[in-house]
Amino acid sequence: MALPSYTETRYRIWHYFYIAICTFVFFFLIAPLFVIFPLSFNAEEFLVFSEGMKRLDPEAFSLRWYHEMVYGTKNPWGLAAKNSFIIAIFATIGSIILGTLAALGLSSRHMPYKGLIMAVLISPMIVPLIISGVAIFFFMAKVGLAATHTGIVMAHIILGTPFVVITVTATLSGFDHSVTRAASSLGSNPFNTFMKITLPLILPGVISGGLFAFVTSFDEVVVVLFLAGLENTTIPVQMWTGLREQLSPTILAVATCLIILSTLILVTAELLRRRSERLRGINR
Amino acid sequence: MSSETKQILTTDGIPLEVSLKKAEKKNKIKAFLLVAPLLLFLFITYVFPIGEMFTRSVDDKMITNMLPKTFKAMEKWDGKELPPEDVFAGFYSDYKVLIENQTQGKLGQRLNKEKNGFNSITKKLMRQIKRNKIDESQSIKEQIMKVHKRWRDVEYWQAIKRTAPPYTMAKYLKGVDMYFAADGSIAQVDEDRRIHRILWLRTLEIALFVTIFCFLMGYPIAHLLATLPMKYSNLLMICVLLPFWTSLLVRTASWMILLQQQGVVNDFFVMIGLVADDSRPEMMYNKVGTYVAMTQILLPFMVLPLYSVMKTISPSLMRAGKSLGGTPFVAFWKVYFPLTIPGIGAGCLLVFILAIGYYITPALVGGASGTLISNQIAYHMKTTLDWSFASAMGLMLLSGVLVIYWIYNKLVGVDNIKLG
Repeated sequence: MALPSYTETRYRIWHYFYIAICTFVFFFLIAPLFVIFPLSFNAEEFLVFSEGMKRLDPEAFSLRWYHEMVYGTKNPWGLAAKNSFIIAIFATIGSIILGTLAALGLSSRHMPYKGLIMAVLISPMIVPLIISGVAIFFFMAKVGLAATHTGIVMAHIILGTPFVVITVTATLSGFDHSVTRAASSLGSNPFNTFMKITLPLILPGVISGGLFAFVTSFDEVVVVLFLAGLENTTIPVQMWTGLREQLSPTILAVATCLIILSTLILVTAELLRRRSERLRGINR
Repeated sequence: MSSETKQILTTDGIPLEVSLKKAEKKNKIKAFLLVAPLLLFLFITYVFPIGEMFTRSVDDKMITNMLPKTFKAMEKWDGKELPPEDVFAGFYSDYKVLIENQTQGKLGQRLNKEKNGFNSITKKLMRQIKRNKIDESQSIKEQIMKVHKRWRDVEYWQAIKRTAPPYTMAKYLKGVDMYFAADGSIAQVDEDRRIHRILWLRTLEIALFVTIFCFLMGYPIAHLLATLPMKYSNLLMICVLLPFWTSLLVRTASWMILLQQQGVVNDFFVMIGLVADDSRPEMMYNKVGTYVAMTQILLPFMVLPLYSVMKTISPSLMRAGKSLGGTPFVAFWKVYFPLTIPGIGAGCLLVFILAIGYYITPALVGGASGTLISNQIAYHMKTTLDWSFASAMGLMLLSGVLVIYWIYNKLVGVDNIKLG
C-alpha cells in the first residue's frame, strides 16, 4: 500500500493512522490465542506468567499439565474427548446427509416456497442457543433421550445442518444442470447420476459444510449442558466447569490442543474453498 | 385461415399445456421430497418443541384441575362479597380429595404465591378436616369461616377465583416486572425489585455497543483485506479466520487470563505506568470484560460479510471520484461508503442477533453486572426450576430475534449468509 509521491501530508498522516488501526485490530483478534501457548507450559499452578517465565528460565517451563491431561488420576478429559469425537462424527454425518439432500431440493428451480423453507432450515443458526437448548431439552426429556448420546447427536444435527445447507446451496449456485441431464439422457438412473456426476462436483461444498457441522458440534456447550448427564460429558462441558470452578492450567493444555485442531480444520477448509471456487470457475 | 390457434398436442395426444403442468408438478414434488426429511426432522425436534414452550409458559392448569367443583360453583359468584354456601361446599369436597391424594401441599404453595397467608390457613383447614371436625350435615360455609379469620376475608376467595383460568399471562408480565394485582389489573413491581427490566435493557445495550465496536473495528480491516494484493490479504485473512474456527471456550479462557487482575493486560498497564501496581483495575467479572471478549469473538462475523461486499467494489470507482475533483475523504464518503451499505447491514444484523442471545461468555467473564437475559433463562431452567417462566422469557427474547431475522432476510436474504 505504497502512497503516491504527490500525496498531501494530511492524507499521509491519515493513511498511517489507518494502518495503525488495522494493525491494532489484527493484533486484538489474534493475540489472545497466543497467550494460551506459553502458559500451558507453566511449571506452576497459577494462570499467570511467573517471574521465571518472564526471565525465560527453563526451570519455569514444564510439560506437567499435558501429562496431567493425559495421565491424571480421575481426570475427565479422556472420557470427554472420546464423547466429543463420537458425538461430533455422528452429528456431522447426519448433518451432511440431511443438509445435502435439502440443499439439492432447494436449488431446484421448481422448489415451492423456497424463501420460507430456507428461513426455517437456517433458523437453528439464528435462534439464540439458550432457547434452542430449552426447546430441545423439553423434546428429549419427553421422548426419553435426555442424557443419552443419541439425544445429543440429534441436537447437534439440528444445529449443524444450517451450515451444510448454506455451503452446499452456495456450491450448487454455480452448478451446470445440463451435465446431470446429459447423464440421464445417456441412461443413468437418478441415484447413479447423483453419485457419479453431482456429488464429485459439489463435494468441496459438502466437506466444508461438514467441517462447520463438526466444529459446531465439537464446540457446542449450551445445549449439551441441558442434555448431558455425567457419562455424556464433552470437552467443552469440561472446560466450562473448569473455567467456572477450579481454574487449573490443564485447561490451557487442552485449549492448546484445540487451537492446533482448529488450525488444521481452517487450513483444510481454506484449501477446499479455493478448490471449489476453481472448479466453479470463479476467479478471484 | 381460421384465427383460432390450434391446440398443440404431445405425441400421446395430451394437450402440451396439460402435459407441461404435470411435469412441473412432478418436479415440484421431487424437489420437495428432497427437502422433506430435514424439514420433518426439524419440525418434530425443534419447531414444535419451541411451540410447546409457549403452552408451557401460559399453562396454569394445576389449580384448575385441583379445584373443579369450586370453580364450577364460582361461575355464578360475582366476586364482590363472600361467596355463597355452594362455593364453600365445593371447595371443601375438592380439598378433601386433595388430602386423600396427599397433594394439598401443592395447592397451598401455589395459592400462597397468589396471595400471602394461604399456606397457614389451608394447613389449618387440613388439620380440622383430618380430625373430622367438619360436620357435613351443617353449613360448611359457617364452619370453614370459623377455622381462621382469613377464610372470612373476601380477598382470599377472590385470589382463588383468579387462579381459575387454565391459561395465564402472568409469567410474561413477570418477565417485564409486572403482575396481576388483587383486582385483576396490571401493576408494576416495586421500583427496587425491577430486576428483569434492567436485564432486558442491559442485553440491548451490550448487544448494541458490541455491534458498534465490531463495526468500528471491522470496517477498516475489511477494507484493508479487500484492497491489499491477494498474497498479503490471504495471509491476513488467517487472523480473522483462525479465531472464527477456534473454540468459543478457548477464546473466552484466553480473555479470562488476559483480563484478570494479575493478567497480561494489567501487567502491561502497570509497565507503561498507566496504573499503579497496587491499584490494578478490575476488568473481568463486569461489563468491561463482557464488551471486550464479545467484541473479539463476534468480530469475524462483521468482517466476513463486509469483506465479501467490498471485494466486489471496483477500485476504479474511487479513482473516478478523485479525478472528478473529490478529495479522498469525499470520494470515500460519497462513492465507496454507500456501496458498502449492504455489507454493513448484513454484518451489523448478524452480530446483533448473535450478541443478543449470548450466554457462555457473559456467564464466564460477565460477573453480576455483565450477565444478560440468556443467563437469567439458564438460571430459571437449572436453579429455580421455574420452567414456565424460563419458557416465557425465552419466547420474549425469541420474538425480538425473529423480528431482526425477518429484517435480515428482507435486506440480505438468508441464502446470502457468507461463511468463511
